[in-house]
Amino acid sequence: MTQRMDSRLKTTLSHITLQNPVIPASGTFGFGINMASLYDINCLGAISIKGTTVEPRFGNATPRIAECASGMLNSVGLQNPGVEKVVTEILPQLRKIYRQPIIANISGFTIDEYVELAAAMDCEAQVEIIEVNISCPNVHNGGMAFGTSPESATEVTRAVKATTKKPIYVKLSPNVTDITAIARACEEAGADGLCLINTLLGMRIDIRTGRPILANRYGGISGPCIFPLALRMVNQVAQCCGIPVIGCGGVSSAQDVIEMMMAGASAVEIGAANLVNPYVCKEIIEELPKLMTELGIEKITDIIGMAK
Amino acid sequence: MLRKNFKILAKENLTRDIVQMDLRCSDSDCPAVVPGQFINIALDGFYLRRPISICDSDGDRLRIVFKVVGNGTAFLMERPCGSDLDVLFPLGNGFDISANGGCPVLIGGGAGVPPLFLLARRLLETIEKVNVVLGFNSKKEIILAEDFRRIGCEVTIATVDGSEGVKGFVTDALRSMKANDTFSYFYACGPRPMLQALSQELRIPGEVSMEERMGCGFGACMGCTCSTSQGSRQVCTDGPVFKKEVIFFE
Repeated sequence: MTQRMDSRLKTTLSHITLQNPVIPASGTFGFGINMASLYDINCLGAISIKGTTVEPRFGNATPRIAECASGMLNSVGLQNPGVEKVVTEILPQLRKIYRQPIIANISGFTIDEYVELAAAMDCEAQVEIIEVNISCPNVHNGGMAFGTSPESATEVTRAVKATTKKPIYVKLSPNVTDITAIARACEEAGADGLCLINTLLGMRIDIRTGRPILANRYGGISGPCIFPLALRMVNQVAQCCGIPVIGCGGVSSAQDVIEMMMAGASAVEIGAANLVNPYVCKEIIEELPKLMTELGIEKITDIIGMAK
Repeated sequence: MLRKNFKILAKENLTRDIVQMDLRCSDSDCPAVVPGQFINIALDGFYLRRPISICDSDGDRLRIVFKVVGNGTAFLMERPCGSDLDVLFPLGNGFDISANGGCPVLIGGGAGVPPLFLLARRLLETIEKVNVVLGFNSKKEIILAEDFRRIGCEVTIATVDGSEGVKGFVTDALRSMKANDTFSYFYACGPRPMLQALSQELRIPGEVSMEERMGCGFGACMGCTCSTSQGSRQVCTDGPVFKKEVIFFE
């Protein structure tokens, strides 16, 4: 039995209404199915499912995980069973237990692959938004390569937009000199929204051996340590673009959700925090109404972008 | 998986860098543990939890035995008795007790020995004799051998430097044992090269407990993947225990 959601939490992404702004970020919640044994995942605003590629991927060699002060690094490398299995086996399983919107996160190594993935997700009724990942720092010759220049970001966005009627949200990399240039390029190419930020490329070294801890040398930093940076980038992008932004990066509490929305986000993705506290999204959703009352916020959408 | 609060009841250094800690769940609704499962402990000041195998379990009590390998486990070792720990448990797929075949041998190496203790206790509920082979670098690193003997296991020790028992590895100890030909099944936990050697050398079926750096411990992050004959598998949720033949050691 799903508990009734506080209507003050409602927000929208393009024409889609979310019952609240809390979305587990891609890669930190699997496909949601395992998490459903912990709590009723129908309390979520939406789920951004594990990044999906055309072919199944094993991902990078292990170790893939390292720790840092107030955060972690990962170099998973888009491990996933491939789009065919996602569409034929996993989404039907998820559909049985979950009735809220699905955000399909797709990652290609060529423009054609992005198009193929968007076409496959276009046929899935419960997929409400396609999140175009042009920012994975952990795969070579792909992923982030598309997200680091306005020209290639434009090309991917245009090709995906021409393939699907569903809203497309481009997930941006912070590993660039000027994220607003990429954001504007995506908007001009037809993106319906943006999601930012993906992880920041980092490194840890085992001082006993002098070798990198991650087998892939470098990995993406996530967790509370990137929150102020994510907030700044969301604020910059929200002020220069007219399309909705999903704020992501180190969000770990109801306070962080409020702050991210004040920076300009219409909804918020929770990433690394799920890995430390698997109940964190549910707890934030429960905490938000109390915090809003305390802060005198009538509707959560009232605060979007108020920090001009 | 549940998230529970545990209190540290007692702790003791078994060797210079291996610590035994007794924990009690602060509510009575404490799920049963399968040998080979692990817990994931949150530590103040450390972002990621620390996964640690369960050595023994009885009602609301858990015993963990862990090696201090870095700042996180050093911090855990220093927690005073009476402190509270935020714990996710029980995690992972444990040993298949029903597969033992009547005459199993349990093989542990170094810090991989602890989860075999609960396995031995559970096996002794249904069969009379459990052989245990434990390998360490030297005599001063031996842990839990007396605990296994106390519950009635037949224990054989191997040390690399020969300071106790058979000189060499657990594989050398196994070769030296008269009972070696009679074993029906093996259960192993220890360093990867040990698990590889056992999987290749022993002609009997068996299972191995794998280790990998983890992000979450419950299947969400895809950090602890291993390569198996059934495709990629997560050590945290598909394992840590796998049948020996499914693991690609190369």
